[in-house]
Order: sequence, then structure tokens, then C-alpha cells
Amino acid sequence: MSTTSSNESRSRGKAPAGERVADWADGRLGIYSLAKANMRKIFPDHWSFMLGEVCMYSFLIIILTGVYLTLFFHPSMNEVVYHGSYVPLQGQLMSEAFNSTLHISFDVRGGLLIRQIHHWAALIFLGGMFVHMMRVFFTGAFRKPREVNWLFGFLLFVLGMFTGFTGYSLPDDLLSGTGVRFMEGAILSVPVVGTYLSFFLFGGQFPGGDFVARFYSIHILLLPGIMLGLMVGHLILVFYHKHTQFAGPGKTNNNVVGMPLLPVYMAKAGGFFFLVFGVIAAIAALFSVNPIWAMGPYRPDQVSTGAQPDWYMGFAEGLIRAMPGWEINFWGHTLILGVFIPLVMFGVVLMMIALYPFVESWVTGDKSEHHILDRPRNAPTRTAFGVAWITIYMVGLIGGGNDLFATHFHLSLNAVTWFVRIAFFAGPVLAFVITKRICLGLQRRDRDKVLHGRETGIIKRLPHGEFIEVHEPLSQEQLHTLTAHEQYQPAEIGPTVDENGVERKVKGSEKLRAKLSNAYYGEDSQIPKPSVEEYKEITSGHGHH
Amino acid sequence: MKKLSARRRHPLAAVVVLLLALAATGGLYTAFAPASKAKADDTAQSLTIEQGKKLYEVGCASCHGTGGQGSSDGPSLVGVGAAAVDFQVGTGRMPAQQPGAQVPAKKVIYSQAEIDQLAAYIASLGAGPAVPTKNDYSPEGADIAKGGELFRTNCAQCHNFTGHGGALTHGKFAPDLGDVSPKHIFEAMQTGPQNMPSFPDTTMTAKNKKDIIAYLNAVNGNETVTPGGFELGGLGPVSEGLFAWVFGLGALIAVAVWVAARTAKAKKS
Amino acid sequence: MSSQDIPEENLPAEQAAHEGAHGAVSVADEKNPFADPGLPPHEHRIQDVDERAARRSERTVALLFTVSMLAAVAFIASYVAIPKDKAIYVFPLGHISALNFALGLTLGLALFCIGAGAVHWARTLMSDVEVADERHAIAADPDTRAKVHADFKLGAQESQLGRRKLIRTTMLGALTLVPLSGIVLLRDLGPLPGDKLRHTLWAKGKRLVNMNTNLPLRPEDVAVGSLTFAMPDGLKETDEDFQTEIAKAALMIVRLQPDNIKDKRELDWSHQGVVAYSKICTHVGCPISLYEQQTHHVLCPCHQSTFDLSDGARVIFGPAGHALPQLRIGVDSEGYLQALGDFEEPVGPAFWERG
Repeated sequence: MSTTSSNESRSRGKAPAGERVADWADGRLGIYSLAKANMRKIFPDHWSFMLGEVCMYSFLIIILTGVYLTLFFHPSMNEVVYHGSYVPLQGQLMSEAFNSTLHISFDVRGGLLIRQIHHWAALIFLGGMFVHMMRVFFTGAFRKPREVNWLFGFLLFVLGMFTGFTGYSLPDDLLSGTGVRFMEGAILSVPVVGTYLSFFLFGGQFPGGDFVARFYSIHILLLPGIMLGLMVGHLILVFYHKHTQFAGPGKTNNNVVGMPLLPVYMAKAGGFFFLVFGVIAAIAALFSVNPIWAMGPYRPDQVSTGAQPDWYMGFAEGLIRAMPGWEINFWGHTLILGVFIPLVMFGVVLMMIALYPFVESWVTGDKSEHHILDRPRNAPTRTAFGVAWITIYMVGLIGGGNDLFATHFHLSLNAVTWFVRIAFFAGPVLAFVITKRICLGLQRRDRDKVLHGRETGIIKRLPHGEFIEVHEPLSQEQLHTLTAHEQYQPAEIGPTVDENGVERKVKGSEKLRAKLSNAYYGEDSQIPKPSVEEYKEITSGHGHH
Repeated sequence: MKKLSARRRHPLAAVVVLLLALAATGGLYTAFAPASKAKADDTAQSLTIEQGKKLYEVGCASCHGTGGQGSSDGPSLVGVGAAAVDFQVGTGRMPAQQPGAQVPAKKVIYSQAEIDQLAAYIASLGAGPAVPTKNDYSPEGADIAKGGELFRTNCAQCHNFTGHGGALTHGKFAPDLGDVSPKHIFEAMQTGPQNMPSFPDTTMTAKNKKDIIAYLNAVNGNETVTPGGFELGGLGPVSEGLFAWVFGLGALIAVAVWVAARTAKAKKS
Repeated sequence: MSSQDIPEENLPAEQAAHEGAHGAVSVADEKNPFADPGLPPHEHRIQDVDERAARRSERTVALLFTVSMLAAVAFIASYVAIPKDKAIYVFPLGHISALNFALGLTLGLALFCIGAGAVHWARTLMSDVEVADERHAIAADPDTRAKVHADFKLGAQESQLGRRKLIRTTMLGALTLVPLSGIVLLRDLGPLPGDKLRHTLWAKGKRLVNMNTNLPLRPEDVAVGSLTFAMPDGLKETDEDFQTEIAKAALMIVRLQPDNIKDKRELDWSHQGVVAYSKICTHVGCPISLYEQQTHHVLCPCHQSTFDLSDGARVIFGPAGHALPQLRIGVDSEGYLQALGDFEEPVGPAFWERG
């Protein structure tokens, strides 16, 4: 307080307006200490570090355009007759929700643009989160101290999927209504309570007259509210932890090298918001998305082929399509495995990636902080696991579009479905093995580069007629960068006999951990990085290979 | 295994791998690509029956039998009517080129006069639906909105919301209706070509059909307005999702690369 | 903007000294060739050394901001000038809304140019000296840790929660019961299922009404190879519960040659080969109706369950768990098709109580 007052007395009436406002705010909010820590915060430069920003900005764009859409949208399922300006639907019975969406699209100037920005931004938001999550995964950025932030991000992805689903269901068009019908069927498949859940969600039998209003409050209030909170928490943690960085000269586990928030990142990140918004607006100007007028109002007895959800639900759709129709009847009850298993698998596959960081930290037993990112090749088992997971996800996506794959590649629909059924199991195994081998190959190449230098492509003829390729030794920067990664040793089960010669019991978890650790870091799973001794030995007798 | 890995650096290794991959791809394709018997129905009628009969004997009889009674390679044409012939031959589906899951539309090889002769001959074999007149199928004066409702009830399940087509079982498909003439759409509804069910006048009136044609003309014609912009095939969320990934995210990542890239340095002096 | 002073303070010599302060390990070259050589010296950009280049950058940034302003004005002009129903042909996009096209492109340009300007400014004129920031351990030091633990113990002790068991138990009880009132309030979200999923509008004597014409169907209307959809007589599109009722009652009518029908019950429940099946898929309830008239297979467009209509509509492919329910039909005294009762099993997706 005393400093503030002395500042005031020193510059009474003379201080610039901005400074006075800042002083006022600091006296009440304490902004100066906050700014001291953050104003010149350092952020490293790498394009992949901006993927999270793509997500954040598209989320903001979705909120902005979404608020605009709520001004015109009527979340009601009362049936009305359409009298708007789209001729092929005039005189048709439809819900007010569909009617008001048509009104936004045809009779509110710019309404169609905002709708399309909203929808494109949602597709890009989810895609951005997926890519961002994979970037974090493959570089090992989820390691301590960032596990909690990984979970925040994962929750944002999952909630984003359901916000998207409830959102595209609101217009009550024939396509989204079919999706809602699917959801009802999926809920009905839940053992014991499914029927009750469905009746409570829909206010009775499907479709009833309630779900649009209920989805509306979930879509515009409940889920985005939670997501906004999570996103703020996600950002605070990014600031608190400081950003990770790739290994390189001058970059250590104890520092972060880059440029300051003010001014460089203020301009770059702030500018990037406008760039993202601009690109999405241009896409919305040129490319149609979810043309609900072409689909018509929902009626439970009508349907169109090509009935797919938006892409982020496509993985679940694929699981459902590929599942055989198992149904078990017993004691007057039905267990609908054909629907319930894919429903559970959907959760299981997502949880596999969500919980992976904890599995890895248990296997390594590493309790230290990690701020230097791994190159994917230097963590072959993790990278292979990630690629296997993506393979499952992509196979699911193919399954979700199996009819379009069939028509566009002139294949049989049934064959595509069988391909998905087999690839769901075989694909990830194959991807795991191949990826691991590629990683090891790249590690070997790095090792060669460090020990023997870069192949220059220059062929030299020695005086006695021998031809050799000139290898150029790497600079110290390059040498450091290529050898900066840590390599774990496989964990071993400690001595099974204590110093008194008494045999102790080895726990099953201990054995499992040793096995996993060996699979992660054993001889077949990583190439030892070159040691200084090896390097010196080779370089001392240089010029002879 | 040792031997194999020792030879993977052989200059021809890449070629061998490529050949193997090509063979595997081709093999998989033949395994998955649908192959089964072709089925198609056909038709006939009038004073040019004799001409039609001659054309029939040259172009059709080998599959459909000399009297149109059908054989193991093609169904009987007795009673299919002139409309079926006009559709099948007029869209190039007949004569069929090769057996497959479904006989596709292709280049028409008969002139309209020849098609009429063939139709007359087939019609003479047994009573069936006649070729519709312009009055029957012209979209003028029809109720587009009613047509849309009828289309969503009867047609969209196979042909998609706006008639862009879709998949059926074992390689069969419902074709895109974008460039199909109103006459052929009318005939298809009336006669039910190949695996398409028919929608005879007794259950779907001629007025209903006219409404449907008018709707298709409005939403899947050359002049159709897609207010939002390029419609990406009109196939729904799959193509939209693919676009969002490839071009949406692609563009944003390209921008991100520019934002994060290092600025050109001055040459060291 | 303040590009002039950058070269001054970032001369390579200063840069090196700067690094030393950060403790970079550039000493032990001989001992360890892999050691971290420390941050490389800063290299100047063209704009740092050439004021003309810097001015060019400044002009580019200003131009981008100006274009943004012009685009924003064009946005407003488009909003005012272009009628909302005007369509234009743009190759290769097709016939599209002129308003959407103009508004989107001008808005996109206005936004993009602000971003591009800001980023260009940051990239070419703002300092690009890389700075290292020290990290601090996330976990607290042992003293803080000990203090927090002690404080917590003290607080817990002062509350006497551990000693006053009665308070603890009753408090936990109260906190457990209160949320129940919230859960109870959810009860009226919907009615209980009862047997609602087991019944449809179909009943003995209800005529089958053609959904295209809204007229009752006669068996002779239905040709072999044709496909017709029907609803129960008396149901109207304007009825309040139309959606809910049609979701269960929608019918698919086809005619087969009686000797093609393989299933005996199907034959018994048909009328002269006319069979009536529920249009609602038994998988998750899509209206299934992709009827292939030569194979008599019907395919669901949502998840590709395939049913054989000539064999009791049993499942031959896909994720559906049981056959489509068949409606028993006959003709009434006036020759119209009528239902001979409700479906004998629930239509649509299976549920736990279905049995």
C-alpha cells in the first residue's frame, strides 16, 4: 500500500492514464504481482505447440457464434407449419426447433454464416483436440508434473464430443433425429436400468416432446460451463508448469528457452486467434456444412442412407456397425450385447489413452519432473502403443463410414464390415510391431550419425585408388541434441533372498512390472545411445570408413 | 530371419517389397470386390415389333432367351412392359457388359428409335407398364414439398436425402439421381429395375411420382442452389469431417508453422 | 516498431555474456563432446540490420491492417446491399448464396489480416532474442510441507472432530441425506416405462393406410416386387402424439410369391403373399427399409443389419439381435387389408425387460 501511495504522490496528475488505471487496479486486485510473474513469461517456438491454441480459439469462436444463435433458436418440439422462404419445405409440418433453424439459415441475414462457422469450428475444435492430444502423447509431455493437465485435456475432449452431439441434435432434422434415435437404442441396451434411463431422458417414449429443450440446456449451459472451467484450469496449469521444450543447445530440464509473452507471444498468440477465426470464416463462406434444409424435418418413420454422426462420434459408430448381433434372453430379461459391448468398448478405448501416463510412470518408477520432450523414436514402446491406439480409432472411423467406403471404392459393404471386424484386432498389433521397428531403425540412424557423422554424398578417391564417402562430423549442437535423451534401464526384481538367506515372496505386481519394464527398455526395445568413450574411440581413428 | 534382414539393404529389396505390396493390394481388392451374378429385368410393344424382334435376337436373346422367356443368365422379359425396356436400354444398363453385383448405367448404344422398337417387341410378349408420356413425368405444376416428404418416406433410405445415392448389400448400390432424366426416374419407380422395388400407380399415384420428380429436380438438379457453398458431395458428416481434418486443420497447421517459424536471418558478413 | 534499438543491445558479444549468466556448459569440449554447448549466439534478421527492410515490414503490417479495415467496411456494405435470397454461380462451388459468400469472405479477410499483421510484426520487428527462464520445482520445499502438515493437524485438533464422535457421525449422515432430495426431484423427468414399449396402435380390425395416399390398402394394390409403407387407420400427421406413435407403428408392406416364403409362420400371418413387417429396426430403431426386391433382403441404412423378408425377417448380417416383428394381417369385409391384432412382440430396439 505504501508504495502505491508514494507512487501517487510522486506523479500526481502527471502519470499517464494507463499507469493510473493499472495502479487503481493493483490497489484492489493486486495485478502487479501477477504481471511480474507472467508478463515476460517465456514460451518456446514450435508449430506443434500451437495446436492447443487452435483448440482454445475454435472453442472461443464456438461460444461467440453460439451466443448469437441462441438469440434466434427456439428449443421447442411443438409442431408448426413452415411458411419461410425455402420452397421445397413450404407447408410441411415440423418442430419449432427445425423451423427456427431454417429461419436462421434463410431469413436472418448472416445467420447461415454464423451457423456454418459454429459447425465448422466445432469439427475443427474436436479435430484440433485430437491432434493436440496426440502431440502431447508422442512427445511424452504428459509426464510428471503434467498428468493432471493431461486428464483435464482428456476430459475436454470427451465433453467436447458430447457437447457436439447434443448440439447437432438440436435442429431436429432427419439426420440428427436418426442419431438421437440411435442414442435411445443404446441407452435401452444398458442392463437393468436402461429402459428407465431412456424414459427419464426423453420424458417418456421416444421421441416425445422434451428432448430438444433438455439437450439445449445441456448443450449451451451444462457442458460448455464445465468445459470453460476445465479450459481455464488447463491454461493456468500450462502457465504454472511453464511450457515443455525439445532438447537442444542451451535447453535443459531446468529452464525454458523462447520468447516473452509481452510483446512477442501477445502478438503471435493474439494474432493467431484472428488467423484461426479468419480461416474458419472463409471455410464457412465457401463450404456448406450440415444443410438441414436438404435433410428435412425429423420423423421416426423416415430415414436416409449415409446416416452418420459427426466425425468425432464416428469411432463409436464404427464399433456399433462392426459388432455382431449378440442378444441373450434369460429369465424374462434381455442382455443386448450387440449394442452394449460397443458402448462399453467406446469408454474402454478412450480410457486406455487417458490412463496411459499412469501406467508408464508405474513401469518406469520415475518420480522426477520432465520438461524436455521426447522425440517419438526415443520412446519406441510408447510411440508404438500410441500408433496402435490411433489404428484402433481409425479402423473405427472407417467402420463408421463403411457404406461410403463401399460405394466410393466399389467394394462390398459386407466385405468392408468384415475388414473392420478383423482389423480392429489385427490392425493395432501390426501397427505396434511396425512402429517399434521404425523407431529402432531411426535410433540406429541417429547413433550412426553421432558416431560417424553425416553422409555428405561426396565420393573421394584416395591415392591408392580406394573410393570413400566423406562423412562430415556433427557440430557439438547436433551431437548434444541427438544424445540428450535419457534411457531407462529395465527394472529388475530385487534379490529374492534377503541378507539372512530367507527367501521373500515376490509379489505378482512386482513381476508384472519387471516384465513390462523389460518390454519397454530391454535390449530389443531401445538402441543404447552412443557413449562418450565410443565416440572418442571412433573419432580418434577417423577418416577410415 | 537373419538372412532376410541381411538382404534388406539389397538394391532390389525396395522393388520386391513394392511388388509384394501391389500383389497384396490387388489380391485384397479381388477378395473384397463384389462378384456375383448379374440380374436385370427387361422388356417390350407395336408395329415395329418385327424390327424390335430382330434387334432383340442380335443383342438380347443370348441371355434372355429367344422368346424372352429368360435363361440362367437373364430373367424372363414377359410382362415387364415397354417402360422397363426404355429404362434399361435407355440408361445403357442393357445390354449388360459383364456379370457383377449390379449392372451399372453406361453409354447408350441403341438409338431412341431402336429402343422404341425393342420396347414394342417386349411389350408384345405380355402386358406391362407402357413408356410414360411427357405429361406424366414433367415436374411442372407439381408440389415440391409434398414430393420431398414422399421422397424421404419412399426413396431417401437408399438414395440419400437429396438423391446422391448409397450402398446396398454385397456391392450393390443405389445410384446418384443427379443426372437421371425425369422420364427414367418415372420408369424406374414404375418398373423397379434390378433390386429396386417398384412403386406402382396403385400404391404411389402418378401425381405422387410427379411430385417426387419435381423435388429431385429442385434439390439435385443443375440449377440447385446450395446456399452454404460447395456441398462436398452432399453425403453428410463423413465428407464434412474429412474436409474439416484435411483442409480445416491442414490450413490452420500451415498457418501455425508460419507463426512459429524462424524469420530469415541476415547473411553473416 | 522499435526496431532501431534491437541491434544495439543484442550484439553477439553481449549475447555471449548473457548466456554465461545462465550457466550454460560450454567449457568441457574436450572432456565431453556431447555436452550442452549453451544457447547459440543470436543471429540478426535482415530487419535488425537493414532499416530499409524494417520499414518494408512496417509498411506490410500497416497494409494488412488497412486491408482488414476495408474488408470490414465491405462486410457491412454486403450486409446492407445483398438480398438474402440472391444466388450466384461461383466456379467450382456451384450456385451459392451471394450473401453468405460475401459476408464470409469479407469477415474472413478482415479477421485474417489482423492476425497476419500482428504475426508479421512479431516475426520481423519485435525482438527475436531467445531468452531462458529458470524453472522452479513444482513441489514445495520440506519446510513448507512440514508447516502445512502441522497447520492441518492443529486445525483438525482444534475442531475436535476426531474426539466428538457424535458430531462427526451426525454430520456425515446429514451430508449424505441432503443430496437425496436432489435425486428425488429427478423422478418426474419422465413416466415409468410400464408396458408402453410392448404396445402399438395396431389392433384387430385396424386398416392399413398407405402413407403415400392416405387411403386404405387393398391386397391387389400391392404388386410383387413393390414396396409400400403403411400406418394404422385413424392416425394423422397433425395428431399430438403422431411422432411417438409412428415411431412404433410404421409398417413395411411387400408381396412375395407364396412359394418363396420359407417360414411357415410368416406364410400363416400373410395374406396371399402380402406380408407386413415393422419398419423399425430391432437394433437401435432406425426405420429400416432398403428393400432389395430380387433377394428379398432388407438393409438398415444406419448400421447395416440385414434381414431376410422371405424367411421370417431373420437377421442374416449386421448388429441386430433378433428378427423384425411381423404383423398378422387379413382382409375385412370390404376387401381392405386389416391387422388381425397388435404385434405379438415389442417392436424396435430390445430392452432389459423385453425377455
